[in-house]
Amino acid sequence: MPTLTVNGRKVTVDADASLLEACRKAGADVPTLCNFDGLEPWGGCRMCVVDMSLASWDDDWFKMVTSCNHPVEEGMTVVTDSERVLATRRVVLDLLLARCPDTPLIQQLAREHGIEATSYERNPEPTDCILCGLCTRVCDHIGISAISSVGRGWGREIAPPFNEPPPDCVGCLACAEICPTGHITFTTSSLSRTIWGKDFEMLRDEKTGEAVITRAQAEHFAKRSGVPASYFEKSDRSKRRELAKTFEKLQVLK
Amino acid sequence: MRIESFDQFAAFQAEATVRDESRSRKILVCCGTGCLANGAKAVAEAFAHEIAERGLDTELKLGVTSTGCHGFCERGPLVVIQPEAILYTKVKPRRVPDIVEKTVIGGEVINGLLYKDPSSKQRIETYDEIPFYANQVRVAMRNIGRIDPTDLMDAVAHGAYAGLAKALSGMSPDEVLDEVEVSGQRGRGGAGFSTARKWRSCKAAAGDRRFVLCNGDEGDPGAFKDRSIMEGDPHSVLEGMAIGAYALGAHEGFIYVRDEYPLAVVNLQLAIAEARKAGLLGENIMGSGFDFDVKISRGGGAFVCGESSALMRSIAGKTGEPRAKYVHSTAKGLFDLPTVLNNVETWAGIGAIIANGGAWFASMGTEKSKGTKAFSLVGKVKNTGLIELPMGTSLRHIIYDIGGGILKDRPFKAVQTGGPSGGCVPEELLDLPVDYEKLTEAGSMMGSGGMIVMDDRTCMVDVARYFLAFLTEESCGKCVPCREGLKQMLAIYDALVEGRGREGDIEKIETLAACMQLGSLCELGKSAPNPVLSTLKYFRSEYQAHIEAKACPAGICRALTAFEITEDCDGCHACTKVCPTDAISGEKKKLHVIDHDACISCGACLDICPTESIRTLPKVELAQREVV
Repeated sequence: MPTLTVNGRKVTVDADASLLEACRKAGADVPTLCNFDGLEPWGGCRMCVVDMSLASWDDDWFKMVTSCNHPVEEGMTVVTDSERVLATRRVVLDLLLARCPDTPLIQQLAREHGIEATSYERNPEPTDCILCGLCTRVCDHIGISAISSVGRGWGREIAPPFNEPPPDCVGCLACAEICPTGHITFTTSSLSRTIWGKDFEMLRDEKTGEAVITRAQAEHFAKRSGVPASYFEKSDRSKRRELAKTFEKLQVLK
Repeated sequence: MRIESFDQFAAFQAEATVRDESRSRKILVCCGTGCLANGAKAVAEAFAHEIAERGLDTELKLGVTSTGCHGFCERGPLVVIQPEAILYTKVKPRRVPDIVEKTVIGGEVINGLLYKDPSSKQRIETYDEIPFYANQVRVAMRNIGRIDPTDLMDAVAHGAYAGLAKALSGMSPDEVLDEVEVSGQRGRGGAGFSTARKWRSCKAAAGDRRFVLCNGDEGDPGAFKDRSIMEGDPHSVLEGMAIGAYALGAHEGFIYVRDEYPLAVVNLQLAIAEARKAGLLGENIMGSGFDFDVKISRGGGAFVCGESSALMRSIAGKTGEPRAKYVHSTAKGLFDLPTVLNNVETWAGIGAIIANGGAWFASMGTEKSKGTKAFSLVGKVKNTGLIELPMGTSLRHIIYDIGGGILKDRPFKAVQTGGPSGGCVPEELLDLPVDYEKLTEAGSMMGSGGMIVMDDRTCMVDVARYFLAFLTEESCGKCVPCREGLKQMLAIYDALVEGRGREGDIEKIETLAACMQLGSLCELGKSAPNPVLSTLKYFRSEYQAHIEAKACPAGICRALTAFEITEDCDGCHACTKVCPTDAISGEKKKLHVIDHDACISCGACLDICPTESIRTLPKVELAQREVV
């Protein structure tokens, strides 16, 4: 287990931990926008940059790296708030604020870094999408890949194929729920759900009448897990009730 | 025939040499992309037709060879008559019967088709006497223009696969690695990482399966060296990769080539098929027991796919986006397996290094940059084209001796090296010896060897803006500093060239540049500010003029520049004919006048004026005159 020095404080972490985990364990405040614990680090937002020096390097030689995807090493020295790290984060936030001037999350983070208004040209068509890629990555992660980033550079955006209702989408809402700015919108009721322009039928629990998940999602889960699709048609409340009944029977037997 | 032993390869070499030498004369027609565009195919066909008609193919054993790019694209289509190496430039099909009659049969040189040296005004007869060629030393491009790239035997007659045979028959993989180390060769793709070190680090990585890749995704504006190598001598690339694979214990290779290079794709495919058939690729190469095969992966034309990790993702069928390279691709590259990726020119040099020895290669160049380097010399020079020179050659030598100086003998202003990631080197650094370190020190870089020469009619703000616009289009958009930073920087430059520049813009550019250099994910973003910072370093006053005086000192930025005709005008009417808005009026042989309201500041009049009597002035001065 390697031991690192973060902002002067010693911290020991697992060998496969990321630098970001080490920093947080040491109590350092390292902001992130595109990082999510359950997903592979991506390194796109550049908010988590830190200054890092390996044990074998000269003492005053530091390299700026993204901590989310940088491996840890014995004897590493890390500084999370050096002048250039803070300056880089500030410019990144300033740029994001120009892109998303009306987005509360970005406004708040910018304010925390001393930016009230962007220094750059304000986006004439403000958006809430910061292109953090969390939605597409979570969609990939659960094995669906219904949406992806399209275009490049400034024209990059998140979209379903050909901007049509995505054939592979199962309406699980993972993309919308992971979105840090609430950019991905949907409507859902006990009967139906719509996301990315695609309509879904909701499965309703036979006994309680509650909407559970979409039929497409139940089928996807059944296919991936081998558990029969009927299992996913029950609401959590139903499942608990059934379980309770099983326990009742067990007591009777005793 | 499949070559199954080293003896058989030696016999094949001998046969190829005999065939080559049996031809009393050879006619080499350049069929590189530049010459093809100028009608070289018709010229080659005309030669073939003429020779067949006269029965010279059997009588004189005459051969017509369609070769790859000779480099001297400015003067194409080019025809070389061997053995004298007489070079004819700008050859039209209708001159072919004449050439066959007089030169091929009669041995007489046709003066009108020879190259005319712009400085001495002399006609020059042979290839080797022309300054453009005489000053070159060719390693990676050793056979381009000499061989028919679609004929394996022709390539072998000129030394192809000799290095591979030497490595497989008499050297251990480690000895090959040592030889490459002795050569001191560094990556020709731009970053200049030591080839041997890269190979060793891949070899040290755990695992049995590893890959060798060739980066043929050359996409810098104005660069075409890799294209010419793949088109003109694809076997040199295959041979280099096979040698590298042998040293590393790899058996699979990919060549990633842009689909916009159709001739390169075709010639590589042909070369791979021929080499496989001959047993120079595939299983049990030359009976050595070593297996290696190559596949072609065609890129869709995204500039960022030239970046190593994006390239590997693209080969694997994913979006071409870079990833963090804290774990090097030599350990975890294509399909997460150890991978060596080298540039086309790097691979093309390997065969020669093994055949001639590393010490031979290391004897050329400078202390830290060994060997030779290919450059695409373009822009405002007299002789544009493709050149290869020992490292350490001065910029002045390249531009004035090989390039023949600036077009119309105008003053030199700067040379942009290294493509969009490089920078502009000003006149005071013309004696800079070109190698990796010196260019980096000057704020530019070697890059892919593009050299764009600029004269005094170049606005450095506009140049930086051009590269920014290119990169803004080509940024993948994954990371914030590159995606948003480039866009905002371009917006500032748009304001500068349109006269909307404000106090503090330069500082804003510098802040953005620092964030991009430090904070971007890949080298595209990290190096994107280079054209900006190098022009700011050497031409800051031009920026200030744009902001403070709302003037473009070079007279290029249209929104800031007006044109007027001076007393020297002899009324020749040349300008009135080219003016797209009919803004110039005046009687013949009398002073002409420009109507400033109709003028769109395109500069066509200035470019055509034979008496240099058109000058530029800042538009603001016009406004001041009106006030007076």
